[in-house]
Amino acid sequence: MSLLQVENLRVELGGAPVLQDVSLRVASGQIVGVIGESGSGKSMTALAVMQLLPPGARCTGQVALKGQDMLALTERQLCRMRGRDVGIVFQEPMTALNPLQTIGQQVAETILIHEIVSRAEAMARAARTLERVELQVPPTRYPHELSGGQRQRVCIAMAIALRPELLIADEPTTALDVTTQKGVLDLLKQLVAEDGMGLLLISHDLGVVADMADQIVIMQRGQVVETGRFCDLRHSYSKALLAASDHVPDRTGAGSEAPLLQLRDVVRDYPTPRKGWLGKPGRFRAVDRVSFEIRRGENLGLVGESGCGKSTLTRAILGLEAVQEGTILLGGQPVYDGQRANRSIRRRMQMVFQDPYSSFNPRHRVGRLVSEPFHLLETAPQGVEKERVIAEALESVGLQAADRHKFIHEFSGGQRQRIALARALIIRPDLIVLDEAVSALDVQVRAQMLDLLADLGDRFGLTYLFISHDLSVVRNVTDRVVVMRAGRIVEEGKTGEVFENPKNIYTKQLLATIPRLPENA
Amino acid sequence: MRRNLILGTGLSAMFAGAALLSFFWVPFDIGALDIANKIKPPSGAHWLGTDHFGRDILSMIMVGGRTSIAVALVAVGIGMGLGVPLGLAAAVQRGGWLDEGIMRANDLIFAFPSLLIAIMITAVFGASAVNAIIAIGIFNIPVFARLTRGAALGLWTRDFVLAARVAGKGAVRISCEHILPNLVNLLIVQGTIQFSLGILAEAGLSYVGLGAQPPVPSWGRMLADSQTMISFAPHMALSPGLAILLTVLGLNLMGDGLRDLLDPRLQRGQR
Repeated sequence: MSLLQVENLRVELGGAPVLQDVSLRVASGQIVGVIGESGSGKSMTALAVMQLLPPGARCTGQVALKGQDMLALTERQLCRMRGRDVGIVFQEPMTALNPLQTIGQQVAETILIHEIVSRAEAMARAARTLERVELQVPPTRYPHELSGGQRQRVCIAMAIALRPELLIADEPTTALDVTTQKGVLDLLKQLVAEDGMGLLLISHDLGVVADMADQIVIMQRGQVVETGRFCDLRHSYSKALLAASDHVPDRTGAGSEAPLLQLRDVVRDYPTPRKGWLGKPGRFRAVDRVSFEIRRGENLGLVGESGCGKSTLTRAILGLEAVQEGTILLGGQPVYDGQRANRSIRRRMQMVFQDPYSSFNPRHRVGRLVSEPFHLLETAPQGVEKERVIAEALESVGLQAADRHKFIHEFSGGQRQRIALARALIIRPDLIVLDEAVSALDVQVRAQMLDLLADLGDRFGLTYLFISHDLSVVRNVTDRVVVMRAGRIVEEGKTGEVFENPKNIYTKQLLATIPRLPENA
Repeated sequence: MRRNLILGTGLSAMFAGAALLSFFWVPFDIGALDIANKIKPPSGAHWLGTDHFGRDILSMIMVGGRTSIAVALVAVGIGMGLGVPLGLAAAVQRGGWLDEGIMRANDLIFAFPSLLIAIMITAVFGASAVNAIIAIGIFNIPVFARLTRGAALGLWTRDFVLAARVAGKGAVRISCEHILPNLVNLLIVQGTIQFSLGILAEAGLSYVGLGAQPPVPSWGRMLADSQTMISFAPHMALSPGLAILLTVLGLNLMGDGLRDLLDPRLQRGQR
């Protein structure tokens, strides 16, 4: 008998079906991966299993855990079950913990709710559980003292404290760096093997799930498209997802010899708070003697974990902040001279941000948003000419000229990134900095966006600086790659060579974390 | 949601209209005392009754509304006009000298009980409606400055502000084009709250004799005058009390409605 058995599950929200005919099974000791793009209903499935659906949801069908029908249970019975028989780990470890309690207390809480034990005993068991998840810090620490990966381990400890028979992990590694991601996935795998739990692993990333899951469930628009082992996936949608996750866009130009952007020994220090009343403010060196150059028409990848100084460096390149030492030259001229940024240089650079939701002022219409960089021009186009340029920019990224009258909330994430690209393109810059510009997108949308970037790069002779932690994307779109760690560049070279034959030990570690799709897919 | 806006605007418009109408016409002259008819309950001639000098309470409410509404309106205007720019300026560089200077000055004002400051101002400049406006207005400045700064600090970290900086825009322009429009809904809500508090503060100041001076009526003064007679003439306290209550309610409803109306994200469902 399966541990979890979902048959013909149907969930309606406000009368509209969000899940239809969903069936899946998880056996003890088995890992089932649920894959789908955003809005495919994968998280809703997890919530339906836990019976934690939002108010107003109507749920029909069958959800059986250990033969017990979850839909027939009362809220009281469900509460007894949640945490004891089913544990759940959510995506965002930064907000999943209470900042006012120590991690030991939070794990112990799960135990105290379900079992009649003394507080001391619960704390002792919590400490043991934290050891099991290989957390190297004492249970008396507070969440803010921990890194993202460590917090996610605490969340896992809370979920497995009572050794539940089913663990649901909803995008457990999406918010983490690649190196941390691998550690967390290995831990989950190990826990499943030790405890004989069933694991329902939900992810948008086929690569993450493919090497661990025994069974894969592919979902699309609230329905299960296909269920099976990874190598048996046959459905056209599954294949499309697979192809998109490793998409290589066509590009012609590989760059000329002339350097466009040159960095020489760039140093960026931040002051840290004074120690005591009379102490001197300290310094934190975020970027330490970084030198590299980008040739005209080239795609350069800048790779590193969060906190390595990528974003600081980007701000310096764009002339938003002064550097303490070294020079940054664009086309031979400094981007920041003396006290101010050099406007004539600045108009040759633009940027696309990671988060398609926060990078637009929600109160402006698209036409105004897209034309914002006109501010950099001496004589900005006016009237009819302005309308024409806006229309052209929107059309060049595959949107319609009429879209300029809409507000940003009327667009999907992928469309917003296109608008962001239109905003960057409108003043025809030489260099576009893409800061994780495709990381938040679904694989298929991401593939389209990469094609668009390649196409526009060829058409307008653009140079891209591609900042990302997603190594498989970097491999497929860049000519050269620079690897950064703790403010320094540790390796630099042609993308193919660095990926095939990394010299630096950190680069090797980084490359080892790329989730690989099993051969013969 | 539209219902709030209509109801709130209707209530506010009714009191504002009555106050405006009083410039041209009132049922009875409030300067004329009619001791023979003092403390009469509501009747056909005097809809809301008469007070202890025999003045028509309806006329008093209409004329008194002029003072109450004007004081609150100007006081909110002072608070917003000075507080919002100060808050925006403080948010530009968190922890900078400007931020510290503005916020510590704010703390200083907050540290004084508002009534005490009002007493100080009236002690120096004399008790009048104008001085009440100034006293209430000064207390609105830190409220708006603090609210603006807090919300603006959050907005400064958003990517669209970074995008504006990449487009070469300076701090002043970003504050006006990107920060301020995104604070509008907060400011409207806080504005209506401060407006209602302003009416109540004026009532309070007049109640202790520091606001509008006789014979100029205000809702607060009317409440104060009726206090000693509340046991045998409750209608005298009820009318100004209800006027304050309904105006404040109307303004709050209107504020909520306006906030929703001005948010482009909420417009689509209504269209």
